[in-house]
Amino acid sequence: MATTDIVPQELSGQVGQRRVINDMSIQVATVNGSGSQSSNTVLMRSIFQMGVPISGKNLFPSNIAGLPTWFTIRASKDGYIARKKEIDLLIAMNAETAQDDVKTLGAGASVLYDEPLALDKVRDDLIYYAVPYDKLAATVGAEAKLRKLIKNMIYVGAAAQLLEIDFAEVEKAIRKQFAKKAKAATLNLAAAKAGHDYAAANLKKRDPFYIQRMDKTKGKIIIDGNSAAAMGCMFAGCTVVTWYPITPSSSLVETMIEYMKEYRVGPDGKATFAIVQAEDELAAVGMVIGAAWAGARSMTATAGPGISLMAEFTGLAYYVEVPAVIWNIQRVGPSTGLPTRTAQGDVLSTAFLSHGDTKNIMLFPNSVSECFTMAQDAFDLAERFQTPVFVMSDLDLGMNNWMSDPFPYPDKPINRGKVLTKADLEKVGGFARYKDVDGDGVGYRTLPGTDHPAAAYFARGSGHNEKAQYSERPDDFERNMERINKKFETARSFVPRPELMGGNAKIGIIAYGTSHWAIVESRDQLSKEHKLETDYLRVRSYPFTREVHDFIERHERVYVVEQNRDGQMASLLKLDIKPGLTPRLRSICHIHGLPIDAHSVTDELVMMEGK
Amino acid sequence: MGNTPTNTPATTPTPPATPKINRIGLQVVDYRGGKTTLCAGCGHNAISERIIDAMYEMGVQPERVAKFSGIGCSSKSPAYFMNRSHSFNSVHGRMPSVATGAILANRNLIALGVTGDGDTVSIGAGQFVHLMRRNLPIIYIIEDNGCYGLTKGQFSATADLGSTLKSGVVNDLPPVDTCAMAIQLGATFVGRSFSGDKRQLHTMLKAAIAHNGTVMLDVVSPCVTFNDHEGSTKSYKYMQAHDEPLQEISFVPSFEEINVDYDHGTTLEVTMHDGSSLRLRKLEQEYDPTDKIQAVTRLMESHAKGEVLTGVFYINEKAPSFIDMLNVTDEPLATLPESVTRPSREVLAKCMEELQ
Repeated sequence: MATTDIVPQELSGQVGQRRVINDMSIQVATVNGSGSQSSNTVLMRSIFQMGVPISGKNLFPSNIAGLPTWFTIRASKDGYIARKKEIDLLIAMNAETAQDDVKTLGAGASVLYDEPLALDKVRDDLIYYAVPYDKLAATVGAEAKLRKLIKNMIYVGAAAQLLEIDFAEVEKAIRKQFAKKAKAATLNLAAAKAGHDYAAANLKKRDPFYIQRMDKTKGKIIIDGNSAAAMGCMFAGCTVVTWYPITPSSSLVETMIEYMKEYRVGPDGKATFAIVQAEDELAAVGMVIGAAWAGARSMTATAGPGISLMAEFTGLAYYVEVPAVIWNIQRVGPSTGLPTRTAQGDVLSTAFLSHGDTKNIMLFPNSVSECFTMAQDAFDLAERFQTPVFVMSDLDLGMNNWMSDPFPYPDKPINRGKVLTKADLEKVGGFARYKDVDGDGVGYRTLPGTDHPAAAYFARGSGHNEKAQYSERPDDFERNMERINKKFETARSFVPRPELMGGNAKIGIIAYGTSHWAIVESRDQLSKEHKLETDYLRVRSYPFTREVHDFIERHERVYVVEQNRDGQMASLLKLDIKPGLTPRLRSICHIHGLPIDAHSVTDELVMMEGK
Repeated sequence: MGNTPTNTPATTPTPPATPKINRIGLQVVDYRGGKTTLCAGCGHNAISERIIDAMYEMGVQPERVAKFSGIGCSSKSPAYFMNRSHSFNSVHGRMPSVATGAILANRNLIALGVTGDGDTVSIGAGQFVHLMRRNLPIIYIIEDNGCYGLTKGQFSATADLGSTLKSGVVNDLPPVDTCAMAIQLGATFVGRSFSGDKRQLHTMLKAAIAHNGTVMLDVVSPCVTFNDHEGSTKSYKYMQAHDEPLQEISFVPSFEEINVDYDHGTTLEVTMHDGSSLRLRKLEQEYDPTDKIQAVTRLMESHAKGEVLTGVFYINEKAPSFIDMLNVTDEPLATLPESVTRPSREVLAKCMEELQ
């Protein structure tokens, strides 16, 4: 299994003498289920505690135990947190993949490996550090069955020593990781120390990579996007969550269960929420719709296969006009695809999910911070416009750990939309559920249980008139569909606006979601390495706001960068912009399931620019 | 002749008839719905009538009721009763999930699901299974006619082996017994009735309203247009010949004084969740409707004998409902204020600190 999109290198290169500070990529190759996740988190946190910006990306198989897994930590003094293709330090712990792992390295990279693997025989243009893990694990005094896990903490100690990470930070990270398990903390600390001491005594530093203290992470948090989303939903006043387990979305709800149990149980011991594991995605979204119809802020989280299953119900919610918040933590499709790899491949199918004319509101968070804030945006928009809202996260954002500023407390009150209460009905006498009273396309609804004889209406997926009565009349149908479309047009002024970077360049870039981090870095590369200035618009929602159209109007060429094969966002844009502008759009697509990296964007854009 | 005294002097005008009202002051008309568009004589219309009567007699506030249905003739029927209740006509076979969500949002709603044999047993089999497992508080009525009426009479999965379509096509697959399934899966009130048995159905519906948990009622409801012919086992004629009641059912609601005594030897009394009393006068001495195993066995026997067994097959008034198990707050989740649903600044600060 390839861990990277780099073609294996057979060239020999020269080992340089330069010193590279706080700018490197470390890849740890282990076996799934070996406990390496804790070790990798400790290594990443240690660097973070040194004040150096980091990102961590877990590349794992669709398997519980026994298959290869890789974890990449990037440290970047400049704050670049996109995936970097080139690996500077490989920590090779998996005998099965070690040979291939070594072959894909660039010349001059270093390898910290398990001594019996004898990797130094594979190539002669790398820097090798051998560590006898089994022997060291035995000295730590762990029971035999724990030694496999302990080995992983030994490499943390050895790598920390080689990179000159202050061991006190390693210790601190271990204590945080095992905060609730004192015995495990002691054992892991001893293992890290053994690795550290061994490296100090036996490994001669020959690579140029060092971690030095800086102050770029002070006050920052580390969290994965799914946890951030869970927290956001809790603070957004969500009351009903229904779900069906699917990678990579399961952890969103699982984390939410933890948070809600902790913070959303009243003084009487009773929950102010209900979380239900449904029998499948159809039932999950059906429950969301039922709950929202009855007035709850309800949501589900899923991935592509679940989205496909939710198509029929999405059409029901769209046409009956029921709010629903659906998190789509995108993974690689079609079909089962690559369940543990990332993509932005559901943009088109989600936009028009269901049969008939449907257009769904989508939000595109690019960061853990936006996973938090867009949770409320999603609920507010869903209830404001009485329609499904999809939050288009992805596996890279949802399941990986990201550095972030702390999340701000929500600054706007919860918007429950147009709901008529008993008191309202007493004033107005009655209502027509699907009448456009305010000119924004959005009708007033009542909730079941409202104690007024005129409160009830008949919600139905079949044709209906303004009063929610069954109707097959052509004029009723047409008028209703046009009004629903008006809601979508109104929503353009309410959805999150795009983020603009740059200003006066001729070339524009449009991207969204996690592709953002590669674009930020790529723009710097284009500017520094190719003297190519670009403006950048990060789209944050569908429908597109006016700024998106303006941006395309203002640029001669606009590169739409995304992580799918067919340029799905570019297609969506082409449907929305003036026909004359469509030739300006060019697609840069990236589809192999690994998070997009800056150099791939830079190289392709430069080539397309004919430079 | 002319001087014969009469009890009703013709000169006294009759006082205008005071409309009959129920215990919450509503008339039957307050429980009515729109005009039916189903075929004349359709069993579903009779079921709608029984629902109206039962809800009226039980004095249920119509605004507290939420009606749910899927797709099919049966699923249209919620439009034909209780216009003052909210209703959700959802997608084919997936009504259970919509109803589940609504009850999660507002536990005070009285949920009434109306579905058909196609809706429940074929496309909706998955959701049916899990609804039964959860014991959600809902009255789930299958208007069972053994065929797909709205698509012109194809067999459904409750059609009996050997029964025929109008065209003469013979059904060669065994039927699903929804009652046996429901009992096995965890529903806590399971029975079968016949749309033509006014008294039995009416009484069972009233008891259903008093129950806390899933009530699964399979009501054989002949399709006069596509499945009422010779060779059908879901026709009026067939039902009249083969209906085998398990008990004589009577019901005393909690708000009425119990003043009729009964023979404890032949009648089983079940005290319902709300204090009402369901009385089952046994027509089969040994039958115990609180015994799941016996219930399923008896149903299997009825198939072997070729009888259509009706009555209350299983009842358990002690099992917690899904809402009880979730331990949700007493107020509807739907309308909890922001002060309750949004944790404080301090909570966010604590969460942030833990992540640093």
